[in-house]
Amino acid sequence: MLAHDVLIIGAGLAGQRAALAAAESGATVAIMSKVHPVRSHSVAAAGGINAAIAVDDDWTEHATDTVKGSDYLGDQDAIEVMCSEAPGEAMHLEHIGVTFHRNETGELDLRAFGGASKKRTAYVADITGQAILHVLYEQLMRHEVAVERFEEWFATSLILDADGHCAGAVARDIRSGAMEIFNAKSVILANGGNGQCYKPTTNALICTGDGISQAYRVGCPIMDMEMVQYHPTTLAENGFLITEGARGEGAHLLNSEGERFMEKYAPNKMELASRDVVSRAEQTEINEGRGVGAHGQGIYLDVTVVPKKRVLEALREIVNIGRDFAGTDITREPIVIRPGQHYIMGGVKTDVDGRTPITGLYAAGEVACVSVHGGNRLGANSLLDTLIFGRRSGEHAAQRGRQLTMPKAPASRLRADAEMIAAIIERPREGRRISEIKDELGTTMNEYVAVYRDEEGLTKAHEVVQRLKEQAGKAYVDDRGSVFNQDVLGALELGYMLDCAEATIVSAIDRKESRGAQFRLDHPERDDEQWLKHINVTRGADGEPELSYSEVTITKWQPEVRKY
Amino acid sequence: MAEFTLRLRRYDPESGDAPYWEEHTVDLEPHRSVLEGILQAKDRFDGSIGIRCSCRAAICGSCGVRINGQPDLACHTHLGRAEKRSKDGVIEVEPMGNMPVIKDLIVDMEAVHWKKIRRVTPWLIAKQPVPEREYIVPRESMVDVTQSMACIQCGACVSDCLSMEVDPEFIGPAALAKAYRFVGDPRDDQHFERLKDLAEDPHGIYDCTHCFQCISACPKGVAPMNQIMRLRRRAGNDFKIEDRNNGERHEHAFASLIKQYGLLAEAEILPRSYGGDTPLAKFKPSAAAELASSLPSIAKALLRRKVTPAAVLKPHRLARQDLGQIKRIYDEVEGREERAEFNIYISGKDEDR
Ligand SMILES: Cc1cc2nc3c(=O)[nH]c(=O)nc-3n(C[C@H](O)[C@H](O)[C@H](O)COP(=O)(O)OP(=O)(O)OC[C@H]3O[C@@H](n4cnc5c(N)ncnc54)[C@H](O)[C@@H]3O)c2cc1C
Ligand code: SF4
Ligand code: SF4
Ligand code: FES
Repeated sequence: MLAHDVLIIGAGLAGQRAALAAAESGATVAIMSKVHPVRSHSVAAAGGINAAIAVDDDWTEHATDTVKGSDYLGDQDAIEVMCSEAPGEAMHLEHIGVTFHRNETGELDLRAFGGASKKRTAYVADITGQAILHVLYEQLMRHEVAVERFEEWFATSLILDADGHCAGAVARDIRSGAMEIFNAKSVILANGGNGQCYKPTTNALICTGDGISQAYRVGCPIMDMEMVQYHPTTLAENGFLITEGARGEGAHLLNSEGERFMEKYAPNKMELASRDVVSRAEQTEINEGRGVGAHGQGIYLDVTVVPKKRVLEALREIVNIGRDFAGTDITREPIVIRPGQHYIMGGVKTDVDGRTPITGLYAAGEVACVSVHGGNRLGANSLLDTLIFGRRSGEHAAQRGRQLTMPKAPASRLRADAEMIAAIIERPREGRRISEIKDELGTTMNEYVAVYRDEEGLTKAHEVVQRLKEQAGKAYVDDRGSVFNQDVLGALELGYMLDCAEATIVSAIDRKESRGAQFRLDHPERDDEQWLKHINVTRGADGEPELSYSEVTITKWQPEVRKY
Repeated sequence: MAEFTLRLRRYDPESGDAPYWEEHTVDLEPHRSVLEGILQAKDRFDGSIGIRCSCRAAICGSCGVRINGQPDLACHTHLGRAEKRSKDGVIEVEPMGNMPVIKDLIVDMEAVHWKKIRRVTPWLIAKQPVPEREYIVPRESMVDVTQSMACIQCGACVSDCLSMEVDPEFIGPAALAKAYRFVGDPRDDQHFERLKDLAEDPHGIYDCTHCFQCISACPKGVAPMNQIMRLRRRAGNDFKIEDRNNGERHEHAFASLIKQYGLLAEAEILPRSYGGDTPLAKFKPSAAAELASSLPSIAKALLRRKVTPAAVLKPHRLARQDLGQIKRIYDEVEGREERAEFNIYISGKDEDR
């Protein structure tokens, strides 16, 4: 049995940052990822990372923007921590090698991003996530004695000891099929989000909510799950992301009449209002018949108004995406986009040190809900979230481990998981295919649990998900091997996604108001009286989701009407 | 919708059987990717088809394969175009080369690619003292290293590197491009040490044969060969590193020959590489070991009549007026105060320049 002070599940930005911080604090560390770390979804983050480093900027302004962006559902103590520590973190990244772009005087250059009152986003062309992720991985290679890497290992469940404290996890070596217990004093979940519950989505195929579901299954509450961000500019063709950096550099949104319609919805910030606001505006234009492209289901993003040299230097990746995946040269013609699922604000409930209500279990990054994003995340705040709370979790877990002996991890969990996997492989070829169920889940969520929601649609979605859960329990796989059996892992992921989808739906039904990313056609107003609170979902004894509520922490920003 | 037939290379390490080909017909728009084609086959017909993939958008670097014999990302290749380029209308997909196959289209990147990456000390060794805020560095230098930073570690260049086929120990295109990311980074403190190390290593920067394969293979415009050439220029011109393998002098010999004759007088390359810049220059003792190891190739060159004894005495050269033009090119380039580096990442493609 392997044993470490700190086990980190997930090697995206949150996981790698946690690993480095824990090792620096003197802990023995294992970091595990179901894909090679640099393949983690953080690699796709394009636009940049927010930090109030400009001389005329101040972290409190960053915090103000974040609170407003969250539609006052964000916890203000956590937002203060994130924004005040941001400049230090950005400088740390710079010092370990991230190649942030410079201005003419050689200092960090900053670009404009949605919902921000100042230029506050540091960037590396439009490969910011990739640059940071690869640089953190450089540091992991540098510190390979302190941090043991388990690349292409798949965690299947969390282990609690007799006291109900987290004592490690069970995982499968994808390459050989061998199962192992990873005993640890603390476990940090850094598994990323569950965007694959939606189809289409900007998220990678690996974003299947494994960590959220595994925490939920051992009794940990998950929070703000109804808050699902639709990004205003995803490729109409296939859902790929066109970074907000494009609008930050000055690109316009146009409807079929050639109108810059954001004038009507956000006269001050225009295209750079919060994402929920822009996505709703687009969806309204489309619904009212002013869409463009196939079946009028899209909107034009016009990048040609940005100087070409600047586009080629700072938006190179979307030039490629336009050319390769839509056949459009964005430097010459507008490209058809539409709102698409992008990010989940919700996740495993934690405090500002990443601690969940289960002792020994931490979470950081998109899998977690601190909650700094509340009802709506600002662009370029997520990378920041992963790094700040990744680091804080790593440090706290390392510290905590010093006074502890290794908890007992019962071997029964390993046997149970091994048997469960064997049983999936043995299933008769009768039920539906995994891929069919996943497809139906994705299209259902995108239809009923999207930008505009109502009771009727949400209830329909809930029925579908309950039926799919049944079917998933009997779905068969083709691959019977041990080596790289991606098929059986797909079956496990489907189960995780269904848990997440159900939590999202029941929370969305419960919240009878419109706030941030949740817009209820049947309850179109924000209702601070009733709903200025977080919805928590836990798994009841019968396996069904149970709802409870927790307060939103307010420090100095009282809720106001939100206008951009 | 259109139909495309994929011919996939399958291999199941647990079966004891040899690799084999298997065909599937899929139904997708021509501008959808080969990866989507493979995933459709996996979803509809056979979930056991093994391929790494995640982002679907050419950014995570998972899905490197060979398509119709050429390395690329499966998610970065249109079905329609792949079909046009196939030899018989069937899109052939097989695992990348130069790396052992684990299962189907999945290769062991760790055993080859990542091992080589770790060879180049792949982290910043920061200049001291570390400033309180950011290092103040020229804007251009950060844009410049972004070209090698854009590498997604997909292995496509490694798959078909010619030098690596001959010398599996060759550090290779991706790892050397990674090395440039530090050598080109003004915040790094070890430029000389890094360059000396990579020049001295017999499998280092002078082991590349300029075959361009990595440039055409790379889906991200990293142009590894260009980065290798930059490493050489930095090592040879800026740091005057004379490597034990004589790579630097060899390159110098090429340049001086062209300058003098306008043509590559093959017969003189080796003497110049190991001696001075004239046919009669004295032999450089430090090059003795390397010359000895080159003797077989000299002998081969003689046998294959690439070099004839007579030619050594009577080198061929261009007509005087043409030579004059070549001289002017050299004067122009060498006369510049700063070396102009060509960076695709800034300049964009073709007509964009
Ligand atoms: C296209 C795109 C662009 C974006 N651009 C920006 C941007 O410009 N700025 C910004 O701030 N945010 C951006 N975001 C959001 C941001 O990228 C993500 O929220 C963030 O990177 C999540 O990081 P993470 O570390 O939490 O998780 P991830 O990077 O998703 O990593 C999850 C890790 O967990 C591992 N894992 C998961 N399940 C298991 C399991 N069962 N066993 C073992 N390992 C497991 C995975 O292998 C992976 O290593 C963008 C998102 C997308 C989709
Ligand atoms: S140019 Fe050099 S590094 Fe690139 S593929 Fe050819 S031999 Fe390999
Ligand atoms: S240099 Fe290009 S081809 Fe080679 S690994 Fe990097 S991205 Fe892939
Ligand atoms: S799937 Fe990520 S590069 Fe192809």
